[in-house]
Amino acid sequence: MSEDDERQQSPPSDLDFVSNKARNCNATGSGSGHPEFQSAYPDQVLENVLENVLHFLTSKRDRNAASLVCKSWYRVEALTRSELFIGNCYAVSPARATARFTRVRALQLKGKPRFADFNLMPPDWGAHFNPWALAMAKAYPWLEKVHLKRMTVTDDDLATLALLLLGFKELVLVCCDGFGTSGLAIFVNECRQLKVLDLIDSEVSDDETDWISCFPEGESHLESLIFDCVECHINFEALERLVANSPSLKKLRLNRYVSIGQLYRLMIRAPQLTHLGTGSFSPSEIAGQGDQEPDYVNAFAACKSLVCLSGFREIIPDYLPAIYPVCANLTSLNFSYANITAEQLKPIISKCHKLQVFWVLDSICDEGLQAVAATCKELRELRVFPVDPREDGDGPVSEVGLQAISEGCRKLQSILYFCQRMTNAAVIAMSKNCPDLVVFRLCIMGRHRADPVTGEPMDDGFGAIVMNCKKLTRLAVSGLLTDKAFDYIGQHGKLVRTLSVAFAGDSDMGLKYVLEGCPQLQKLEIRDSPFGDAALRSGLHHYYNMRFLWMSSCRLTPSGCQEIARAMPRLVVEVIRSADEEEMDDAVEILYMYRSLEGPRTDLPKFVTIL
Amino acid sequence: MQGTERDLNYKETELCLGLPGGGGGGGGENEVESSPKTTGKRGFSETVDLKLNLQSKEAGMDLNQNLETCSKQTACTKDPSKPPAKAQVLGWPPVRSYRKNIMANQKNSSEECEKAAFVKVSMDGAPYLRKVDLKMYNSYQKLSDALAKMFSSFTMGNYGSQGMIDFMNESKLMDLLNSSDYVPTYEDKDGDWMLVGDVPWEMFVESCKRLRIMKGSEAIGLAPRAMEKCKSRA
Repeated sequence: MSEDDERQQSPPSDLDFVSNKARNCNATGSGSGHPEFQSAYPDQVLENVLENVLHFLTSKRDRNAASLVCKSWYRVEALTRSELFIGNCYAVSPARATARFTRVRALQLKGKPRFADFNLMPPDWGAHFNPWALAMAKAYPWLEKVHLKRMTVTDDDLATLALLLLGFKELVLVCCDGFGTSGLAIFVNECRQLKVLDLIDSEVSDDETDWISCFPEGESHLESLIFDCVECHINFEALERLVANSPSLKKLRLNRYVSIGQLYRLMIRAPQLTHLGTGSFSPSEIAGQGDQEPDYVNAFAACKSLVCLSGFREIIPDYLPAIYPVCANLTSLNFSYANITAEQLKPIISKCHKLQVFWVLDSICDEGLQAVAATCKELRELRVFPVDPREDGDGPVSEVGLQAISEGCRKLQSILYFCQRMTNAAVIAMSKNCPDLVVFRLCIMGRHRADPVTGEPMDDGFGAIVMNCKKLTRLAVSGLLTDKAFDYIGQHGKLVRTLSVAFAGDSDMGLKYVLEGCPQLQKLEIRDSPFGDAALRSGLHHYYNMRFLWMSSCRLTPSGCQEIARAMPRLVVEVIRSADEEEMDDAVEILYMYRSLEGPRTDLPKFVTIL
Repeated sequence: MQGTERDLNYKETELCLGLPGGGGGGGGENEVESSPKTTGKRGFSETVDLKLNLQSKEAGMDLNQNLETCSKQTACTKDPSKPPAKAQVLGWPPVRSYRKNIMANQKNSSEECEKAAFVKVSMDGAPYLRKVDLKMYNSYQKLSDALAKMFSSFTMGNYGSQGMIDFMNESKLMDLLNSSDYVPTYEDKDGDWMLVGDVPWEMFVESCKRLRIMKGSEAIGLAPRAMEKCKSRA
């Protein structure tokens, strides 16, 4: 159930024409020459036909549209929806969801807002998977797949999934927390049909349970095992056995406690891998295994299907040449934990002609980016992360790197770029050279930093992006920005769905431009910007179309937020304080509001007030 | 060059004081625990003040940056218009704490040793070679302990209080080399075989290419050369 159909609880009755027509046919059916209409209930025939047709509809937007046609279509669509996506776990209750959709096989849920990742919100805010786990176990015992993002999942929840859902196949946890290795142990032990266990950027507590050993003995159905975020030692012998028993294993991403020697042993057992996370990519601390080092080059050469490479968590660059054999086939390469220089990168990247996704640290400097631009003509997504994520850190990458990428990688669709300095000229160049950009996220780490060459704000750069990149749906801005930047966004960012703003703007006008100008806006997150109650009011016409609005350290007051809450009954308006503050100040520290069919949630921590 | 510049800059910002009332704690790693009050209404007015400060300073600083491209570091300490290192603001830059922690851990270990220093270790009479990463140890004693564990019949000679063979005491040295104890020797950058322990530890790590543990009586031929080299360096 996506954000679109939450507005509509039942379709208007004037659209009920299909059912009526069918009923009329039935009344006169006995006199007509059509045997089908004589015996069968026409409603049922139609619905059967519809059911068979709607099974083919997979896109959730298409399904939402179909469900609005009439009651019959609404009913049938609900019966045939097998993949349920809920973008905000508080927008709808488990009971309501399971009541409407009765045959769900796959559930996708998202919880906390993204800014929670940066510690802007106290922990234990909510987004508990527990009520969903229990509801799923009752309503969908055949549930096969659960995909959660930013939710709190407990060991008990994992046990629930494993014990009550027979034939459970796929668990993907992205940016989740609340569970540990003991939960994993129960889960992997009970899920005999498990195909996918992907733990991505999640916090897993080390209960000192050897969960890898808990996979059942014998042949496994495992196709994907991703645990690179798990920060504890694992039983390598058990892992080796597991890999040997998993002939279908295609994706394996190891954590940093797996040494390169151990990686070798796994790779020679699984040359069919398509996705590999290499673990530490350095030898274990125990002194090496004698004179002979394993033939790492050969191991990589044997993996002829390898297209996605990541890991390198504690890289010893001397070992990098081992990956040369796979470079030519790689479509995705993640070096974002590998502190390597341009010189170390060049021999690798010069071979990666097919690369489409590249994540890297700024340690490669502008020079490294120039090397990327020279070879990776098929690049679609680039992310450059900072080695030194501080405001006044060194800036090894700059406008020079961005300019080079824009000139070399014309097919670029998505970019995330952390830097200390950036010019409007480079951003404008990218807007012209890369017209296919869908995601543009630029983080100039120094707050309020102007263009170092012209001294101007960064308005024109971002203005050019929204003007020239006609497909842009996601934008993150930074640097010194006046209201003018937001005027540009409001005027030209007609497809923008997600907007991130930090330390920007001069006045309420900035936010007004955006709320009045961007009809597709669904997710708006703002911090430390001078937008107040008047600006908030200007979005009243649009808030029901949005998944959420986040505003922290802005100029909002409780009465301003109260006004919104009163005007929009289906909006949940949460005011979040830091955990130690008791009273409500005259300023609102964090406003988080979202549409919901359920009204105020019942699992509020004490630092959250719902207006 | 980039690397050393970065090192200098990092150490330099560590010493700088945060802005008064910054609340975030001067260091990089503390911003997560810093008082959330920095993000309240006070937090905002603070950023406004910073903005005003910066706008006038940015212009001045930018001109300086244009003129001095390579000498960023010296400009930093001498240029009065550059503001002191800012207190880190909560949750900024927007990098997940998982990533921040990993990078911080990597930085700690990489500041001590940019690159591993693996050398082969052979011991006369032992059936196999081993490899050690010299950067894992910070003293001869630690290396000695590790080698002892590796080759359990191996015993190191008496190294004296500072862990270095006392070359000035010829008789002590001669006793060691006449014994049947094993002594460690190494091949240095020049291709010469030397007794381990004659130079300061860091210098040893830099110059050692491989280690060989031999009987003291066999190493006796090395001692005079080792002393020559030592004297020529002194």
